[in-house]
Amino acid sequence: MSSTASTQTQQNAQSLTLVEAIQDGLYTEMAQDDSVVVLGEDVGKNGGVFRATDQLYEEFGEDRVIDTPLAEAGIIGASIGLAQTGMKPVPEMQFMGFMYPAFDQIVSHAARLRSRSQGQYSVPMVIRAPYGGGIRAPEHHSESKEAFFVHEPGLKVVSPSTPYDAKGLLAASIHDPDPVIFLEPKLIYRAFREDVPTKPYEVSLNEAAIRREGSDISVYTWGAMTRPALIAAENLHQSHDIDVEVIDLRTLSPLDIETITESFKKTGRAAIVHEAPKTGGLGAEIATTIQEEALVHQEAPIKRIAGFDAPMPLHSLEDYYLPQAVRIQDGIRETVDF
Amino acid sequence: MNMKNEAGSKDVPAAVREDSELVQILDAEGNVLPQASVPDISDRQLLELYETIKLARHFDQRAISFQRQGRLATYAPMTGQEGSQVATSLALAEQDWLFPTYREHAAKYAHGMDLVSLFEPLRGYRDGYAIPDDVNVMPEYIPIATQVPQAMGMAWGHKLQGKTDTAVLCHLGDGATSEGDFHEGLNFAGVFDVPAVFVCNNNQWAISVPRERQTASETIAEKAQAYGIDGVRVDGLDPLAVYKVASEALAKARNPGPGERRPTLIESVQYRFGAHTTADDPSVYRDESEEEAWRDRDPVDRIETYLYNEGILDSALESEIQDSIEQEVSEAIETAEQTEASPDNIVEHVYEDVPARLEEQRDELNRLREKYDEGAFSEVLE
Repeated sequence: MSSTASTQTQQNAQSLTLVEAIQDGLYTEMAQDDSVVVLGEDVGKNGGVFRATDQLYEEFGEDRVIDTPLAEAGIIGASIGLAQTGMKPVPEMQFMGFMYPAFDQIVSHAARLRSRSQGQYSVPMVIRAPYGGGIRAPEHHSESKEAFFVHEPGLKVVSPSTPYDAKGLLAASIHDPDPVIFLEPKLIYRAFREDVPTKPYEVSLNEAAIRREGSDISVYTWGAMTRPALIAAENLHQSHDIDVEVIDLRTLSPLDIETITESFKKTGRAAIVHEAPKTGGLGAEIATTIQEEALVHQEAPIKRIAGFDAPMPLHSLEDYYLPQAVRIQDGIRETVDF
Repeated sequence: MNMKNEAGSKDVPAAVREDSELVQILDAEGNVLPQASVPDISDRQLLELYETIKLARHFDQRAISFQRQGRLATYAPMTGQEGSQVATSLALAEQDWLFPTYREHAAKYAHGMDLVSLFEPLRGYRDGYAIPDDVNVMPEYIPIATQVPQAMGMAWGHKLQGKTDTAVLCHLGDGATSEGDFHEGLNFAGVFDVPAVFVCNNNQWAISVPRERQTASETIAEKAQAYGIDGVRVDGLDPLAVYKVASEALAKARNPGPGERRPTLIESVQYRFGAHTTADDPSVYRDESEEEAWRDRDPVDRIETYLYNEGILDSALESEIQDSIEQEVSEAIETAEQTEASPDNIVEHVYEDVPARLEEQRDELNRLREKYDEGAFSEVLE
């Protein structure tokens, strides 16, 4: 990490991609706190299959950046035990599609140890997992199943959409006393750069971000879908003079209900954009929340623009599966024109 | 002798089979076997071992009876397994950690949990899950084998921080050895050479499925070989043998000799005399004769005979111990029955801070509680 370390002394911010911001975030937290350890498959010498842990092994050594046997339940189970000894494990699940073998350890144990021990033990750990489609990956490599974890009490679920947020949300997640599922939208790992402060900072785990202010409709989204939502908003502004407000949820559990509701009270219309399958997805939760909190402000049916209730297709068809700007624009127009 | 051939013979308990690798100190009656070496243990510790085993047996009988009276919910009996549970816990140092399953009531008690806390969850109160600061016990594990990688992780964490004087003892059943978590946990334990001892309480039955249906390997202990760690088979109805084997494994976990690996898998060969839980009827899936054959090796009788032989116990002391045990158990259930829970407990300890939405849900419940009387909340369910 010598190159980054020398850069840090020269300037206050550096232009980073999202995955570089995550690497920088891990570096920053590990340098500050000896109890933070990274473990998983290929995270050590190889620096992670997406390079998210690049150079950490060289900087912090094999006892803090640990290549484990290939075993997801083992990695999460071991991390729960490590957390009981005062360490702060940051296990990596190589792809969200390979998280299912660890599902029982996450939902039955990491999420519940605090309540099962009546507050005596907790599991402060951050499970990092690249998720989502759009990178022409093989089968099982493009899953977006955040709703599984949002549904489980005891877990927090986070998904950044910018490099700045990635570092700040990761810091807040590592400092959080509860287990956090940190979902990294791998489609935008290297899509763009942004200035990221070299100093440590946090982005709060209970605040959604208003990415674009607008008065005609609220679009709720997160992760990789934030970009096409913003593009759609800009296109509609120019082509049809529709003023779209874009809310990036950032933390999916617990939801920032206040920001969600306040935006809807202003616009009276809502579209929710996610790449996960439509049925039982987080869009349903947001739509119902709006109905509970602000029905009298509603001007049109709430629209969900989502993935299909089907497994993610192989890459020849994934552009049809993922909500692209054109689908988002069409859905927004349908709602505004209702 | 080939164990596989023996497995077909239902009336010969595995612990009685000719097996040169099975560690035993006491014979079926409780007499010290020729050439057996009794562990170095004081008379006071021997009495503690005996008293705790006797208490566990009485606790078990009372818990089943209370369940039948509707005073406790579903309970997992441990009769037949108390000797191994208590002996493994007494082998632990105070700083060591215990990972129990839902059947290790006696193991938890022997490592510092009080009896009231054992009864409370069975009464439906989570208060009993609250573990005192100075007691190194994890909450009981109900999903099978999930504790194995977690125990490994805790032992690993201690080792990474240079605290190898602290060992972790993890209980599991024979059914657990079929699960993926068993493999992942023991595989990690071997790879990272952690100070952990895994005790497989092979009680011959995973609810209704026999040990022979869990694995085609001759023993469970031999599985350790595949992970590069030690495997030991011990007569689990012989408390002295279990104490010896567990003590040696814990000592090695802390301070391995040259070429030794820290982790050990102990197969404690025992028998569940009763049902899997109070909701289970073992007569459906096994013969009574099988149980009778194992009854001949009851751990309570054996340790009692041994103590009489050694002059440590006499009938006056025995009845004094029995009276004190009965009083302790009945006081504990009476205290547990006085526990009351507030519905606020539903939202507590889910996160460190109660999230806003969960607070709203609690407030909604409390508003309804004020509006209607408490009985209204059980009307539909009863």
